[in-house]
Amino acid sequence: MSSLPQVGAIARRSLVRTSRQPASIIPPLVFPVLLMAVNAGGLRASTDLPGFPTDSFLAFALAVPFIQGALFSTMNAGTDLARDIETGFVNRLALTALRDWALLTGQLAGVVALGVFQVLFYLAVGLAVGVRFESGPAGILVLVVFGALVALSFGALGAFLAFRTGSGEAIQVLFPVLFVFLFISSMNAPRNLIGVDWFRIAATLNPVSYMIEAVRSLIITGWDWQALGLGFGLVIVLGIVSMALASRALRLRMTRT
Amino acid sequence: MTADNGIEVEGLVREYKKGPRAVDGIDISVAPGEIYGFLGPNGAGKSTTVHVLTTLLPPTAGTARVGGYDVVKYGPKVRSLIGVALQEAALDPLLTGRDHLRLQSTLQSVPKHQREARAEELLHRVGLADAADRKVQGYSGGMKRRLDLALALVHGPRILFLDEPTTGLDPQSRTALWEEVALLRREDRVTVFLTTQYLEEADVLADRVGIIDRGKIVAEGTPASLKAEIGRPSVHAIPRRDEDRPAIAEFLARFGEPLDTTRDVAVRLREGLGLTDIVRAVDANGVDVVDLELRAPTLDDVFLAKTGRTLEGATEEAEAGRQEQPR
Repeated sequence: MSSLPQVGAIARRSLVRTSRQPASIIPPLVFPVLLMAVNAGGLRASTDLPGFPTDSFLAFALAVPFIQGALFSTMNAGTDLARDIETGFVNRLALTALRDWALLTGQLAGVVALGVFQVLFYLAVGLAVGVRFESGPAGILVLVVFGALVALSFGALGAFLAFRTGSGEAIQVLFPVLFVFLFISSMNAPRNLIGVDWFRIAATLNPVSYMIEAVRSLIITGWDWQALGLGFGLVIVLGIVSMALASRALRLRMTRT
Repeated sequence: MTADNGIEVEGLVREYKKGPRAVDGIDISVAPGEIYGFLGPNGAGKSTTVHVLTTLLPPTAGTARVGGYDVVKYGPKVRSLIGVALQEAALDPLLTGRDHLRLQSTLQSVPKHQREARAEELLHRVGLADAADRKVQGYSGGMKRRLDLALALVHGPRILFLDEPTTGLDPQSRTALWEEVALLRREDRVTVFLTTQYLEEADVLADRVGIIDRGKIVAEGTPASLKAEIGRPSVHAIPRRDEDRPAIAEFLARFGEPLDTTRDVAVRLREGLGLTDIVRAVDANGVDVVDLELRAPTLDDVFLAKTGRTLEGATEEAEAGRQEQPR
């Protein structure tokens, strides 16, 4: 029998669970937008700096929620899976005809669906506050694909942590670490305009900077192939590594014969 | 195909890293259509045995065949034949009963056109039709157990594993679950492997009982044959005054071997003696007791005879041992 119905059933469960937990939906939607609004209010004067790539800080800052929302999703996906391990629900699944890869794929399909929903929400917010997408409708489509890939990659990372630790608390501990990556990036200023040396170097070494810049390029530049190449490349590499780690951790966790 | 519904276990061993042998060389044979009660205190190795037989854990040594298939070589085949309700009900509190059945039937490859009807049938069967669309977080312990049983039955398994299915349930829910298990065997000829720490459960439900202690099977047979093995009844006396206990114990010791009990003073009667002999002697010697009772052997007596401990004492011992272990 095809495993597709199994993937669909696991994905459906993931979405149903999420839809019944407002705490899993609202914070990833609201907090990044609030942070963007606060930053846009406080840092509007940055656009006067020579070399700042746009005269709308809102357009500049809109890239951040896409990545921040994905971080929230990582934590939620990881915590949900860890809870399944802690409660024995994974054992229930292991006792069925479910294939290992179908469990992982189904879980991630749910994360991606939620990720796409978040992307559409941020896009709607951007359009509602008057942000113009320089890359046009095709760019918006690319942005949705990029958002799905980011959700998949970070979701796989969350799944890896869940299968590896089996503890929701352990995953929650990593939450601040992921946020450090977000804040020490080019989220609030282009890298070439960051005056503090160590911060500029850290932001340059931080892969999150390139993900933000890929999204930002679609909004304020148009088609910047270098930014898109780096962003997509890093997300795909992160996705491949995370998927490989998650698959291995899942095999070790599901010791069924 | 009923010939393939049995369970055969030979020399099964399961060791955990840095731990003792949870299962230490057990042999079990369960006939098709039989209810096999696996009785023992907490930590005796019951759940580990179930985990191995249901393919969740590989054995360290020995072989196990379920439904004719080796659990190590044919894990997926075994899983397709069995239904399992593990000790922890492991339900998703945010899903409804019907959501669970939909998910389980899809994962168990029940044909799509049969899923809804099967879910409805099982919800009625376990008495959850009215609660089917409520989230499981609002279910009582008994309702969760019944849903767990329905989930285990969704694909029509030939062999059912129930790991302490009634632990924590009120007497009414427990009786309802017993009736359902008995019905499954009677009408569907399902083989049932049932672990329990309740003597009464094993006595009422099981065709045969295996008693496990510290990873080893210490006795096996029908409840009647096991009790007959112990043979002689016991006499239990309740002293009127607590300070009379030693004197009454000394007096009763003339009639048999003293038993280690906490609530009363008891002896296993010697061959040929009966309650009337004791009553006459008590009367003649002016022994002051509130109550005197003759008890037929129970499975607890069997456990005591085989292990030197009562089942209740062994459970308390296991729990104390767990608390002393460094975390």
